[in-house]
Amino acid sequence: MRHWIGCFVKGIRIFGEARGGWMVVAMASPRLLLLVVAVALFLSSPCHAIYEDQVGVRDWHQQYIGRVKHAVFQTQGAGRKRVVVATEENALASLNLRTGEIYWRHVFGATDSIDALEVSMGKYVITLSKGHIVRAWHLPDGALLWETRIHANLGFNLGLVKMPVDIDDDKINDLLVFSGSFLTAISGADGTLLWQVDAAASKNIFIEKVVLPTEESKAYGVGFYGINGLALVEIDLKTGDLSELKTAETAGILSTDHLHVTKDFAVALHSDAENLVVALINPSSESLTLVETPVRSLLTNPGTTLKLLSTKLEGAISLSSDDQTVILAVDSSSGKLSLVERLTGAVTVSDSLSVLDEKHATAMIEFSVEGNAQNVFNLRVHGTDFSDEIQKETVKLPSHRGLVQKVFLNAYVRTDRSHGFRALVVGEDDSLSLLQQGEVVWTREDGLASIVEATTAELPLERDGVSVAEVEHDLAEWLKGHIMKLKATLFLATPDELAAVQKARLNLADKTKPTRDHNGFRKLLLVLTKSGKISALHTGDGHVVWSLLVPSLRASYGGPAFVPRKLLQWQVPHQHALDENPVVLIIAQADPGYDVKSALSWVDAHKGTELQSVKLSFPVMRVVSIPLTDSSEQRLHLLIDNLRRGHLFPATEESLALFLKYKENAYFYEVDDADQKMHGYGMKDLVDPNLVDIKEGYVFETEKLWSIVFPSETEAITAVVTRRPDEVSHTQTKVLPNRDVLFKYLNKNLVFVATVTPKNKDVVGTANPEDSTLVAYLIDTVSGRILHRISHPNMQGPVHAVVSENWVVYHYFNLRQRRYEMSVLEIYDQSRLPDKGVVQLMLGQHNSSVPISSYSPINLEVKGQSYYFTFTLKSMAVTSTAKGITAKQLLLGTVTDQVLALDKRLFDPRRTPTPTPAELEEGLLPLTDSIPINPQSYLTHSYQVEGLRGMLTIPARLESTSLVFAYGLDLFYTHTAPSKIYDSLTEDFSYALLLITIIALLVAIVVTYVLSERRELAEKWK
Amino acid sequence: MALDRARPVGGPALLIFTITLLLLLCATSFTATATASAISGDDGHVVEGRVKVEVMRGKGFSKTANIKVIINAGEQVSFIRTDGSFSFEGVPGGTYLLEVAALGYFFPMVRVDVSSRLPGEIRASYIEGPRRISGSLVLEPLREENYYEIREPFSLMGLLKSPMGLMIGFMVICVFLLPMLMDSIDPEEMKRLQETQRANPSPISQFIQSRS
Repeated sequence: MRHWIGCFVKGIRIFGEARGGWMVVAMASPRLLLLVVAVALFLSSPCHAIYEDQVGVRDWHQQYIGRVKHAVFQTQGAGRKRVVVATEENALASLNLRTGEIYWRHVFGATDSIDALEVSMGKYVITLSKGHIVRAWHLPDGALLWETRIHANLGFNLGLVKMPVDIDDDKINDLLVFSGSFLTAISGADGTLLWQVDAAASKNIFIEKVVLPTEESKAYGVGFYGINGLALVEIDLKTGDLSELKTAETAGILSTDHLHVTKDFAVALHSDAENLVVALINPSSESLTLVETPVRSLLTNPGTTLKLLSTKLEGAISLSSDDQTVILAVDSSSGKLSLVERLTGAVTVSDSLSVLDEKHATAMIEFSVEGNAQNVFNLRVHGTDFSDEIQKETVKLPSHRGLVQKVFLNAYVRTDRSHGFRALVVGEDDSLSLLQQGEVVWTREDGLASIVEATTAELPLERDGVSVAEVEHDLAEWLKGHIMKLKATLFLATPDELAAVQKARLNLADKTKPTRDHNGFRKLLLVLTKSGKISALHTGDGHVVWSLLVPSLRASYGGPAFVPRKLLQWQVPHQHALDENPVVLIIAQADPGYDVKSALSWVDAHKGTELQSVKLSFPVMRVVSIPLTDSSEQRLHLLIDNLRRGHLFPATEESLALFLKYKENAYFYEVDDADQKMHGYGMKDLVDPNLVDIKEGYVFETEKLWSIVFPSETEAITAVVTRRPDEVSHTQTKVLPNRDVLFKYLNKNLVFVATVTPKNKDVVGTANPEDSTLVAYLIDTVSGRILHRISHPNMQGPVHAVVSENWVVYHYFNLRQRRYEMSVLEIYDQSRLPDKGVVQLMLGQHNSSVPISSYSPINLEVKGQSYYFTFTLKSMAVTSTAKGITAKQLLLGTVTDQVLALDKRLFDPRRTPTPTPAELEEGLLPLTDSIPINPQSYLTHSYQVEGLRGMLTIPARLESTSLVFAYGLDLFYTHTAPSKIYDSLTEDFSYALLLITIIALLVAIVVTYVLSERRELAEKWK
Repeated sequence: MALDRARPVGGPALLIFTITLLLLLCATSFTATATASAISGDDGHVVEGRVKVEVMRGKGFSKTANIKVIINAGEQVSFIRTDGSFSFEGVPGGTYLLEVAALGYFFPMVRVDVSSRLPGEIRASYIEGPRRISGSLVLEPLREENYYEIREPFSLMGLLKSPMGLMIGFMVICVFLLPMLMDSIDPEEMKRLQETQRANPSPISQFIQSRS
């Protein structure tokens, strides 16, 4: 069964290849040409869209929100239980409290960070963002109700308070916003301004916090008074009138980092961390009373880094110092402080939660035992005065979640009317988990919203092969499935059968197998996130295969924290694919101020374990991947430090010997954004470890070979783009309809640089067209030679570009027309023209093996063309296939967070308004002034990849197919076949129809055989 | 470098450029000052408008709450209210590009000129084509976008056009037409043809014979 299907596939494959080089075949016979044209036309219909019922067959989409910073529970009432969260990625979302699913989500603009979040009246979500925009959202469906802009002093403490009064009598509680000196009351119904006061102007106070006492229609604003005092002002919530200012001063200078304010008292810390100052808020007293307590009287060893934590506790304050956390209870009448808890290690304290009228509960999560796979935490919930423990649980979290960073507490009423507590915790990996009764109810992998870099790894090979029969169950079942499919295509199936077919195609059993497949569709996507976690996602359905919070990148006490920067392929086993696993290298940069400047970590891509790690005493400025591997197939890398010395990795004798041979060919370049220069460097000799202070490894000196100075008054570098180093191109030639041959200039060291007029570098729409010019350069990075320069007057950035094979496509803004444009440049090598002609090409050496030298004389022809383009772009990429035969597609990430796939054929400088028949036959499109966009060419179809930042294309083993992974806040993965799938049967191929055809043919053969026999007999009788 | 042979990028684009320039000139001469409301704030103006949501009902994947209005490639992002209205506040004078992100609909890009000399004067026009927006800034989708291919209903013609159908068709032709062709050849002609073939075997048959 498999065999003849295989034969069929092979036949189609041959057709496909013929299509790749069909011009060559066409020489042979005009009739064959017709056939090939017919096949080519048959195979290349203009769009590559999918049918609606194919959603989810090859693609998947995951939605994330990022690291949570504010959370408000909405569990009262009969409605669905939710938690509303705001994140560091400027996302606001309503989550299902039972499952963690997103009900709705909004992602704010890049600068629109959310400062405060409240839920009012059980149905309005109020956000304060960017310091001065207040928005109200409808809780059930996330619709925007109103939006108000208020006055604000930026850089001050911001806050949003639900007022207990209703000023405008509309039965909806009003809101108070404080930002610096401004106090603003806005209507909860429509956001209209009710009153606004400038506390700094009238009372000379900058308000840090506003608290509501139990008494109605009154509030207190508390702030610092000068550098050594505290001030209190009473606010009439109805009118905004400020009563007399009360101030008090201390002897020392106060630390203005944080002021802890509750309704009874305010606490500040002296800047020398010696004394704590408690101010008692007593409405009856004439002045503000300050009580000073020396820290040493409470703590025997207060440590060196004592500071007040911003946790909102009632009746207590929390401080941290070195590796300990201290909780002090505050007596609200006398201002006396007393030690409640002193905890060492990783402890996280929640804000106080008001449970019943005057009672509060606070949760504390302590790290207790580090396990192999799981970490154990103690979750304790304390009552109002911290002396009693209401609830104590031990919780186990997987070790790749790290330590708990934040905890939000919520109470619920048990069936026996007692209070139970659940906690929402944010892990070190930015994940969000809900804990209840000692169990993890759900977890969201929200760290995946902040991917720094992504790469791929092959899955392990299938060991002692699972037989074909096992995959296809049994023949009858298989045939039944296909008959059902056939019925579906013939519109004969019942709805039940249709549903069964749809289910079967979505849950293809082999889609999510953890082994390599024949077509190369199943791979691991390795993603490195901002929190220093690396995860492997399966391309089949996007599930996480393994996760690792890289141990050597975690901040340790007394050491720096590391920011992950790069993810590189270190070891890709080919010969030892069965017994060796692929390894990736993570490069991270240390926080400034430490001796350690960067860290390297090697991670096994199959097991998800850290193999080795190194801390480096130099910062890694650039990484040069050398196209050499040592005997264990580890790729050689040169890490360039800030002194432009190259450090060779792996630091072994063997790799040194290999590199010494290659040294002459190792080059790198750097772009100096500040000075508008580019420099190229080559390798010099090994540095003698005795002369310079280098303890280990092999270090090479470099020398500057060339520099390009751009005129800094008129040109500022805005985009630098290179070809991807692993790109393969099948042919070096392009055959024109008149049988002429063009030679592509395939230079691996080509870099595209775009400069714009420095004024208004990346701001669209404000500059004057006359004095803006965009200049595009093509530069060889080995010789520093400018291969081509083209100037576009009246154009402006931002520039997005992609370089592939011998062409560049770039996107920029036309200031005069006020619209976007895209240009293509194709580079051809004229110096190789003498050996032209297809026959010579076919008979001669396969000349794609002839290397191009950067130093050989060049005679280039650069063809270019420009088109208008409809959308603003966020990012650009190009498809890549295994052998580079298949045509290319440009992948464009639009401002609407969709991914558009456009054929490279649309960007061809040979397009003319009236192409000749020969050119049309070749597939050249007539020139249009703008690039036509077909909605079916959106790869993301009805999804959005919210916050799109990058796209990764991966070649499948099947030549026609390229895998696409787009990431931002959301993740999206799909397959794309730029020239349609010509080398395998499509997923909806009807085997049943094939069988029926074969049977029909067999019957026809038998019938005709019988007929011919009869006729022959009849002739013989004649 | 063969600069003389290189075709300048601007070549065909220049033509387009002039044509569109002319079009735009025509357009702008018509563009009356749209009286979009603008309140001068202390650090900028207010750009207010409305997305015509009432014409956008019925698509499953496009929720009104998820529609965003974007200025200058994400410099500012605004959400629309249930009635479709949106506003940007604190916008300094200048020219802006306004885009609407609504899944399932195509909105043309709009150019908004906020006058810095005459406070409160805002002019808006579509970038592509000569359409101007008069009155208040009301954005309407140009068209619905269908991201999926529509499945063709089953037809016999379609089945015949499929590779399998073509195969069957070809077979049928072979079965019924080829014998007729053979019959139509004159028997003597046939004989001569066979003889010449025997005398000068074609290279292909030689090849086959040598193989066997």
